[in-house]
Amino acid sequence: MSEVILAATDVRKYFPITAGVLKRTVGHVQAVDGISLELYQGETLGIVGESGCGKSTLARVLMGLIPATSGSVKLEGEELVGMKPSRLRKIRRDVQIIFQDPYSSLDPRMTVGKIIGEPFEIHAEVAPKGERRRKVQELLEVVGLSPEHINRYPHQFSGGQRQRIGIARALALRPKVIICDEPVSALDISVQAQVVNLLENLQSEFGLSYIFVAHDLSVVRHISDRVGVMYLGKMVELGTEDQIYERPTHPYTQALLSAVPVPDPGLRGHRKQIVLTGELPSAANPPSGCRFRTRCWKAQSVCAESEPALEVRDGGDHPSACHFAEVIDVTHAAY
Amino acid sequence: MPESDILQAGTPADSKAVASLYFDTTAPLLDVQELRVDFQTKEGVAHAVNGVSFTLEAGRTLGILGESGCGKSVTAQAIMGILDSPPARVVGGKVLLSGVDLLTLNEDARRQIRANRIGMVFQDALSALNPVFTVGWQLGELFRKHRDFSRKQAKQEAVRLLDLVGIPAAGQRVDDFPHQFSGGMRQRVMIAMALALDPNVIIADEPTTALDVTVQAQIMKLLADLQAERNMGLILITHDIGVVADVADDICVMYAGREVEKADVYAIYDSPAHPYTQALLESIPRVDMKGQQLASIQGLPPNLTSMPSGCAFHPRCRFARERCREDTPPLYTVTPGRLSACHFFQEVLDS
Ligand SMILES: Nc1ncnc2c1ncn2[C@@H]1O[C@H](COP(=O)(O)OP(=O)(O)O)[C@@H](O)[C@H]1O
Ligand SMILES: Nc1ncnc2c1ncn2[C@@H]1O[C@H](COP(=O)(O)OP(=O)(O)O)[C@@H](O)[C@H]1O
Ligand code: SF4
Ligand SMILES: [Mg+2]
Ligand SMILES: [Mg+2]
Repeated sequence: MSEVILAATDVRKYFPITAGVLKRTVGHVQAVDGISLELYQGETLGIVGESGCGKSTLARVLMGLIPATSGSVKLEGEELVGMKPSRLRKIRRDVQIIFQDPYSSLDPRMTVGKIIGEPFEIHAEVAPKGERRRKVQELLEVVGLSPEHINRYPHQFSGGQRQRIGIARALALRPKVIICDEPVSALDISVQAQVVNLLENLQSEFGLSYIFVAHDLSVVRHISDRVGVMYLGKMVELGTEDQIYERPTHPYTQALLSAVPVPDPGLRGHRKQIVLTGELPSAANPPSGCRFRTRCWKAQSVCAESEPALEVRDGGDHPSACHFAEVIDVTHAAY
Repeated sequence: MPESDILQAGTPADSKAVASLYFDTTAPLLDVQELRVDFQTKEGVAHAVNGVSFTLEAGRTLGILGESGCGKSVTAQAIMGILDSPPARVVGGKVLLSGVDLLTLNEDARRQIRANRIGMVFQDALSALNPVFTVGWQLGELFRKHRDFSRKQAKQEAVRLLDLVGIPAAGQRVDDFPHQFSGGMRQRVMIAMALALDPNVIIADEPTTALDVTVQAQIMKLLADLQAERNMGLILITHDIGVVADVADDICVMYAGREVEKADVYAIYDSPAHPYTQALLESIPRVDMKGQQLASIQGLPPNLTSMPSGCAFHPRCRFARERCREDTPPLYTVTPGRLSACHFFQEVLDS
């Protein structure tokens, strides 16, 4: 495979929980707790997991939008954690983000031209003043919008079109990495396909690397080369798209996959159904040992005592953080 | 058969407003005919629901599928009689519940029907429940108001229902407020509310859209189990093609306020008879396959105040030709019980 462009090692992000008028810190939300990953040049790494598991926090830490509590994030070998803000601003050119909500992430008082051209204000070297308008029009065309709409406002566009505006802005500085945080979750089915296709085309055209965060496991499978599964701040399984979807070994991955409905009524009752019981524990006070053990049907006493490392285990071909990792096919029919 | 056996008067639980109605138990449980709802908007009249018809029998699940804005919720609200008018106006059609046209009833009678015969589950439980009362009080209220239960009896019923929908430690949680429950548990509370007075029909409008996939699976299983146990009719409204494939018996696909295809669930997924259904199925990725490039539908759904001429789907349709711009397709019968609003349904089936 190609070179590593972005690497995270043992990244933690804890948010303080404060109480009282003095805002005393009484605990921490362990939103991201010791995650390591590598993003290769030109690939898409999908990150899945249910809401609250820390996907957005990880995304923000990876692009230096919020500082990590500890650990290391390296972009092409250069450490971002603890970097001077001025240098960070420069380097951030190379890593851009697209958010879920095209409605709230675009300033309603700015024209589309201003929104897409805004990054040029900070990074004037990319587009000298005289060229900006033309550059913005080019970007509109690249994402499938009419260059004539440069003077319109966000409310004059549909949800899918607004997501295209967000993508155009992310592309403005010719980044190497784009972190997509639930980019199609708010869109209708037919529009979702348009945006997914656009992201795929842009990737091959510009050689982009993506981190694609979503809770929709079907979309993630479609777009990703490799996939990481998160649970309560931890990465519990990491592998190629094929390994995760065809040969999952972590009980949480298996439960997630088995819960995804398949648009084929013929498979009704023929797929394995793993129904999780219990509620998601609090990230401020996670269970000891394996964080998933309170909802896991395989849990034994060892699961409460020792934390399973994310590593390749007997019988598996990719890392899984379960003491009892074993392959179960949950996506296909079992007759 | 003597008439008295065919015509069953309102159950004892129904109030005066409903007691005089005759519910014909041989008629379809819910029969919606040519329902039309308009909205008065600044841009003009929006035909949000444009002649929708379907039938629901006891023990069956009808999935209403379509993208946002196609009129699913407005259809549900019109059946329930909870549309805000103005701006909404029901401008045509019938909503027959065991033969009784609900659209002709007064507000008092409709309130009774809503409580006793048709339960509704909404997407957003937090805004559908009252934040200032405990869930036990809100559940109990139904029994105090409609069944003349004492406070104590009503609370017992509330606990029983919370238990029934799978809320752990129901006896304690009955005194909690809605915000103290997780999203999934709140949805269970709302299902308990909808079930409370033993309705014949449940309408669930995007009941799992805001939930995580593992919780969604739990809630869908709960709804399906309850429905089977009680032989209710269930209308499941969703934009999720996978969810309906798992539970529905029949599917009605809506586009721009109209049903464009209606069929048995197996038939529709096997070979759609309308270009819109076909395109939807091709535009979603599947968790059990690594697919090719997704087939996206070009363009956007139409503005309801200025609908395209002829077939409303024609500007986005890959089968469209001259005739589609001129003639509005009727609902053609594809095979008995199977309908498609496309002039070229045979071509779609064969493709
Ligand atoms: N700014 C913040 N302050 C405190 N807690 C936060 C903050 N942002 C996120 N969290 C908490 O961190 C956890 C992970 O959140 P998030 O990264 O948004 O998850 P996801 O994107 O997977 O839904 C949650 O428990 C959330 O409540
Ligand atoms: N309060 C309202 N005022 C004006 N138009 C409305 C209102 N509510 C709904 N509509 C119109 O009715 C159409 C159908 O809405 P709805 O039934 O909520 O769609 P969905 O299929 O997403 O549930 C929408 O496209 C919208 O234009
Ligand atoms: S009638 Fe014509 S435009 Fe409408 S769906 Fe059929 S082929 Fe397409
Ligand atoms: Mg998030
Ligand atoms: Mg709706």
